[in-house]
Amino acid sequence: MDITGRLERFFSQRRIFFFAVVIALLAALPAFGFSRYIMRICIVISIYSMLTLALNLVAGYTGQLSMGNGGFYAIGAYTATLLMINAGLSFWSSLVVAAAFAGISGFLLGLPTLRLKGSYLTIVTLGFGEIVRMILMNWDTVTNGTLGVRNIPLPSLFGVSLSFTNHGLYYLALVLTALVSVFCALVINSKVGRAFIAIREDEIAAQMMGIKTVRYKVLAFVLSATISGIAGAFYAPMVGYIDPNSFTFDISSQIISMAILGGLGTMRGMYFGAAALIVFPEVSRFLMDYRFVIYGLILVLMMRFRPQGLLGWRTRLPYRFGKVLERQLAAEGSLPPLL
Amino acid sequence: MAIFIQQLCNGLALGLVYALVAVGYSLVFGILRLINFSHGAVYAFGAHAAFFFVGLNFGPVPAIIAALVITGLLGVVIDKTALAPLRKKRSVPIAALVTTLGISNIIQNLLVVKFGSQRKPFPDFFNLGAFTLGGIQFSSRQFVMFGVSLVLLLLLLLVVNKTKIGLAMRATAQNAKAASLMGINVNSIITLTFLMGGASAAIAGGMVGGYYQVVYPGMGFMIGLKAFAASVLGGIGSLPGALVGGLLVGVIESIAALYIGSNYRDSMAFIILIVVLIVRPAGLFGKNEVVKV
Repeated sequence: MDITGRLERFFSQRRIFFFAVVIALLAALPAFGFSRYIMRICIVISIYSMLTLALNLVAGYTGQLSMGNGGFYAIGAYTATLLMINAGLSFWSSLVVAAAFAGISGFLLGLPTLRLKGSYLTIVTLGFGEIVRMILMNWDTVTNGTLGVRNIPLPSLFGVSLSFTNHGLYYLALVLTALVSVFCALVINSKVGRAFIAIREDEIAAQMMGIKTVRYKVLAFVLSATISGIAGAFYAPMVGYIDPNSFTFDISSQIISMAILGGLGTMRGMYFGAAALIVFPEVSRFLMDYRFVIYGLILVLMMRFRPQGLLGWRTRLPYRFGKVLERQLAAEGSLPPLL
Repeated sequence: MAIFIQQLCNGLALGLVYALVAVGYSLVFGILRLINFSHGAVYAFGAHAAFFFVGLNFGPVPAIIAALVITGLLGVVIDKTALAPLRKKRSVPIAALVTTLGISNIIQNLLVVKFGSQRKPFPDFFNLGAFTLGGIQFSSRQFVMFGVSLVLLLLLLLVVNKTKIGLAMRATAQNAKAASLMGINVNSIITLTFLMGGASAAIAGGMVGGYYQVVYPGMGFMIGLKAFAASVLGGIGSLPGALVGGLLVGVIESIAALYIGSNYRDSMAFIILIVVLIVRPAGLFGKNEVVKV
């Protein structure tokens, strides 16, 4: 077995151990006394982890590449902000409304999947992202246009404002990411997730097996949009200021790059991809303008030499079988390929 | 009414430039089934190459020709270094798509490194003065842009539809495997496609640079998306489709700027695109691909 194969086995056999270590480290992170700058990067990573997990549901498991997830992110951010500032709602209720609103827009965008396939679907999602941005720019009376919205209040819990200094924002980000992760894992390991994977592997075969492909594709879009909306609703109060140019096509393409760098169709890859592509421009500031050249170069080289993503190894069967059945199938040599 | 006709001319001239860029998307998509996201950056590169050569006192026409050659070569280099190896490995389509996103990053930021990200004045080299016709004032820039693009597009149509190379291109687009069995060198056809796409993007870049008298590294982004919308609108993979799509986007956005407000101008392309795709999923001129099981 080659070196990468060995490494992959090493990690996947001890994955529960690594999992526990990472969670413990993340929970204890503020105790190390890092600067506000580093904590902020960690929060941004968690936001992008949510965004990539959302994309993963659509692109990684259902096989429908969406380039409009930046649009849902924007919808979530603006809905939450406007509700907090204009309607005086608390962060928590606006978070829920923003997620629901993003989900509804995901449903509307998902509807064209009734008729469109492959590249055309990608194109419509791209157009959707741009239209959202145009609306935010031009609907001055509601969104304040290109000037953006300032002074977004921080979320507060039992009267305590969650900020950078008391690490409330960090823990909020961590909790939200954890909730989103658990939700994604539950979806993927359910009947719905198996339907998603079936659609990705072969849409026609899935249809023949009685899976209502259109319904599941729209569902994938709705879930993805809802999660992106949550990420947006958290982002806005974190930075305190949003304008339409915070949500350009670059965001969507960055989300895709992260998901692919980590490994589409795996969850571990999402956190890794988000962390890698957020940290890289920060640590390579000395390269100045060249860092985004190198950023592009990384993407190109990755696709050339490891298109399944850095952590895109296959350690699990696509579905869970019982232990007995698994042993029988292995003996017959008819186990399906690893996922 | 006078403003309407002015905007219409404006829209037609811009529309043909969109068509010229859209051709690049369409040609590549027709043959590789790949959305080439690096095309907008290639266009910006073409405009900067023209800017660079004009700065060396080449004179406008030789500068554009030099830009055309070098940008065409850039297209070939992109294909040979980044995309051809992926085809050889038969990797998944999404890998090629992300590769083009990466290339677009590389080109755009190399332009920033070399020229700076600010807007740079571009000489107003094809302005032959304004003239009045029937009480309406026209700028000659629009007519030069319209004429040059139209000639080039017709030339491209001619090459694709009437020459042997064009036949080979169409054959490759229809079925690459069968084409290669018929003795067509598919790889060199793909190279040629990238050359043509790059060259037409360079001309479009040079002309838009002259029209607005400004170039900057990010200039390819919006026009790239719009031209892309235009090519899908017409039916991606079809050259007449790219032409009609470009004209439609150009005219509708100019007229929308007049009646709805110039702020909505940039979103028109996408609104038309989504409406058309929902009604006719393969675009106006595209053929529905039948999937055989």
